[in-house]
Order: sequence, then structure tokens, then C-alpha cells
Amino acid sequence: MLAAAAQYLVSGLTVGATYGLTGLGFTMIFNTTGIINFAQGEFVMLGGMMSVFFRTWLGLDLFSAITLAVLATAVVGAAMERLTIRPIQGASPINLVIATIGVSILIRGAAMLVWGKDTFSLPPFGGTAPIAFAGAAVQPQSLWALAITLALLTALKLFFSTSIHGKAMLACSCQRKAASLMGISVARMSLFSFGLSGFTGAVGGAILAPITMTSYDVGMMLGLKGFAACILGGLGNPFGAAVGGLLIGIMESFGAGYVSSAYKDAFAFVVLLLLLFVRPSGLFGKAGVERV
Amino acid sequence: MRPWHARNLSRAGLFAVALFMAPLFLPNEYYINILILGAINALIALGLNLLLGYAGQISLGHAAFFGLSAYATAYATTRLGLPIPAGMGLGVALSALVAWLIGMPTLRLKGHYLAMATLGFGIIVNIVMNETVDVTGGPSGFVGIPRLALFGFIFDSDRSYYYLTAGVLALAALFSLNLIDSRVGRALRAIHTSERAAQTAGVDIAGYKLFVFVLSAAFAGVAGVLYAHFLCFVAPSSFGFHFSVQLVVMVVLGGMASVWGAVAGAFFLTALPEALRGFEEVDILIYGAILVSCVMYMPMGMAGAASGLRRRLGRRRGGGAPGAPGSEEGGHAG
Repeated sequence: MLAAAAQYLVSGLTVGATYGLTGLGFTMIFNTTGIINFAQGEFVMLGGMMSVFFRTWLGLDLFSAITLAVLATAVVGAAMERLTIRPIQGASPINLVIATIGVSILIRGAAMLVWGKDTFSLPPFGGTAPIAFAGAAVQPQSLWALAITLALLTALKLFFSTSIHGKAMLACSCQRKAASLMGISVARMSLFSFGLSGFTGAVGGAILAPITMTSYDVGMMLGLKGFAACILGGLGNPFGAAVGGLLIGIMESFGAGYVSSAYKDAFAFVVLLLLLFVRPSGLFGKAGVERV
Repeated sequence: MRPWHARNLSRAGLFAVALFMAPLFLPNEYYINILILGAINALIALGLNLLLGYAGQISLGHAAFFGLSAYATAYATTRLGLPIPAGMGLGVALSALVAWLIGMPTLRLKGHYLAMATLGFGIIVNIVMNETVDVTGGPSGFVGIPRLALFGFIFDSDRSYYYLTAGVLALAALFSLNLIDSRVGRALRAIHTSERAAQTAGVDIAGYKLFVFVLSAAFAGVAGVLYAHFLCFVAPSSFGFHFSVQLVVMVVLGGMASVWGAVAGAFFLTALPEALRGFEEVDILIYGAILVSCVMYMPMGMAGAASGLRRRLGRRRGGGAPGAPGSEEGGHAG
């Protein structure tokens, strides 16, 4: 009984780590630009698919393949900002969101053309021998996923609190106009935020690929879960997004284990809806003050 | 009879004439098919436009209301053996009822939180459609829905079905136009501009939001029953997140807060994949590129582009610029 629960917890945390990283990507872009980027899920897909591609077609070792894939996705994110978001930066929010939807369709279409509709998988980062933990058999890959997520979160935290660029991005999220008056290039921060989101999303995709397999169309559902993660944690709060992601992963895993695996995807959304009815700004979100 | 009634009636009349003439210029039944689906999508877009374009409330779950009514009439007319009009009534009523129930707690949310809640609702409904196999037939769909028959007349040719959907669409457009010009329409626009200011002026915000949400779900419901009895087959994949997003794109691409814009956006997005079919594998790429460039180069949508063009032409001729139908209804995009 306890062993099963521990098993669900570990698998929930593993998948939740990716949701959290996806949510973090949403948050970074939202904070600097105010846009909900619906192509975020495609960054996650690209992270996984390009790792597979670089490993098998170019014959790179796993580590270099993933590094290259993550960097390439960051470039895709930056290119997306330059080509589609920058030219229409003054447009209404809904137009910007639709532009990101268009980009996500483009990326998905391109991935389908290049890699076909097959499902691919990446080998686990370390051995495959399960480790016993509280009666549950933990795959080493789960530990890798959690460790990498934790390391990335720490690095991002350091980046935002100590580096000049990180602080500049934070300033944009507080008050864009004031930031620009202080000599911060808001346009460049917007570019950085898309690149960094691509980076974070791709890491999430790469750590998930050995566990759940990957294909050209995994991005949409992952993107929705990531969006759900940041709404659950309170939009704009990076800590909330990470915790929200882990919570959604755990809810899904327990829902699938104890209730029904068919309704796995519905479970997290039901809980999210109920939570929003009680707390309309998410778990850690501040109740918005509206200026008239 | 209000002063705007005559004007709206003549516009909707012209629209109806245009719709009824359209098949005369089309070579074969394949195009009529696309027109029918376009009219059905336009019906949903009209309702969503009232919610999104005028009241400023987003819904990323409208495909669910479309699907609920389609499944309801499918189930009622086959398994329960009810007559088709009863099934259709039941379908529309179910969509409206679910919208009422879900709208009460959901519409208190704002902005991105509202988007997430409606999105989540849509996904939950879609998963239920997929999983309750003994009711809905599951992912492989619900087969054997009877073709529409009303008062002894069977709409078995695509042409007759087209005239029916075109008639319903024209009536829905007339209804929307009149609603927008009425007290309700002014209240909706006030909510869009500033909820606080509208509230101060005595507008019952929660009531109007719920009303327009239920109304737009009912539009989607009417579209759903027409869809089910046209294709005689429904499957959950037609009612997923993808379609919900497409509906929002129709409204925005057409030009927010414009009745004719929503209709134009719906027909455009319905026909586009068919027009791109010749490109085989790269069609999805072209579709995405067209979407992005439309948003980039027509920020106010088709209606906005049309009125801009008309203004420019008017200036060149040196005459006064008669605004496009879309622009007069209040440019509340944004």
C-alpha cells in the first residue's frame, strides 16, 4: 500500500519536473513581455526530439547531443521573438497569443516533416537498474530528472538574483516603463526571455524523453500542462510555477493509480478548476489590484 | 420598432441573399459541403464574438458546447428513439444548461485565469467523450445519426441542407446585430471597456456575463445539432482543444467586435485547409505561416482591414468615407 503510494509519488514528481520547467518558461516570458506563449510546449518537444536527432543521426554522445539540442532550442526561441513577436510588439495581447499559436503550428509542422510521425526514445542518462526506495522501485532516470531540475532552478535563481541581466529581466517584470527609463533595453530582455524559455523547456523535454518517449506532437499537451502549472501556482510567480508543475504531476500520477488511468489527463484539470473557484488567483498569486 | 431594426434587417437580408446565391457560382457538391461547414463554424463564431469581441471574456472551451449538443442529439435520436426536432432541442438545451452551470463559478475569473478555466473545462469534456465508450462510442465516434428531417421534409441533398444552414446563419446574424444595438449590447461593451465603470453605472456585470456566455453556448449548440445531422457521424477529435483555439482565431482574424468579421473569419479558416490540400505535406506549414502573417499585417482583423481599405479608397475619390459594417459597430478590439 505504502509502496504503491511511494511509486506514484516518484513517478508524479518526475513528470511534474518537466511540467514545472515548462511552467517556468511560460512565467519568464509572461513576466518580461506579458505574453502567454502557446509555443512553449513545442520548445519541450524540440528539446526531446533534437536530442534524439543529434544522437542517432550525427552520432554524438548523449551529453553533447542534449547540450546541442538545448542550445538549438534556445536559438529557436530567440528567433521566434525576433521574427514574429518583435515586429508586432504594440499589438493587443490576443493578437500576440494568436501569433504564438501560429508559430506552434509551424514548429509542429516542421518537426513532422523532418522527423515523421514515429515515436522516438532516448536512453536513460545513468544505469537502468532500479533503486529500492520505501518499497518502491525508482528508476535512476527519475533521480536524474529531479536532480537536473533542481540544479536548473538553483542556477536560474542565482541568475536572477546576482547577474546584471537577470536583475534587468526582473526589473522588466516589475515595471517595464520604469525599467526602460533606467536604461534597460526592454526589447533585448524580451529576446533573452524567449531564449531562456526555449532553453528551460528543452531541458524539460530532454529529461522526460527517456521516460515517456517523444514524438512531433507531444508539445501541445505538455504546453497545456505547463500553462496549468503556472496558473495553479499563480501566474507570474516562478516558484509557484515550479511547485504547480510538481503538484500537477503528483495529482495525475495518484489519479491514474487510484482512480482511473483513462482519466489521467482530466484529473489535474478538475482539481485546477475547483482550486480556481476557491482561489481565483492560484495558490501563491496575489489578488490583483485593478486600476480604474 | 427601434430605428436600427430596419437597417439591421436590410443588412441581414443582403447577407442572406449573398449566401443563397453562393451555390450558383460553385461548380460542384464538394464546394457546397465546405460552405455548409463554413456556415456551421460561422454560427459558433457569431456567438463567440458576442462573448469575446463585445463582452471581452475569453473562452478556450467552446468546442465543448458544440460537441455536447452534437452528442446529445445523436444519442437522443438513435438510442432513445426521439424525433429529430426533440433531439435537437435537447442538444441546444444541454449546451445552454452546462454553460449556465459552468459559467456561474468560472466567469468570476479574469484574463488568463478565465482562459485556463475554460480550456480545462473543454479538455475535461473532450476526455469524457473519449472515455465513455458505451454512450459516445469513444474515439472511433458515434455512427448512424439520422439525416435531418423536419415536418416530413428530408434534407438529403447537400444543397437543401445548405439553404437551411444559410437561413439559420442569416437569422443568427440578424439577432446578433439587433442584440448589439440594444441595451444589452451597450452593457456588454461597457463591461469590456471597464468592469468597474460599468458596475458604477449600475450594469449587472455578473448577470450580463452569464447571459452572454449561455447565449454563445446556445449558438454553439445550434451549430452542433446541425453538424451532427449533416455528417451523420461525430467523433471526439472534432471537439478538442484544437477546435476551441480555431474558433477564437476565427473571431480574432475576422476582427473582434464585428459580426461580419466573425462570419468572414469562420468561412476563411474553414476553406483554407481545403485550399491548401494540394500542397500535401507542407500544407500545415503554410497554414501556420498564413496565420502568423494575418496577425502581423492585419492587426484589426479582416473587418479592420476592409474598413481601412474603404477609407483609403474614399479619400482617393475625395468623397466621404462610408464605414464598413464592421467598423460602425464600435471598434472595441483589444
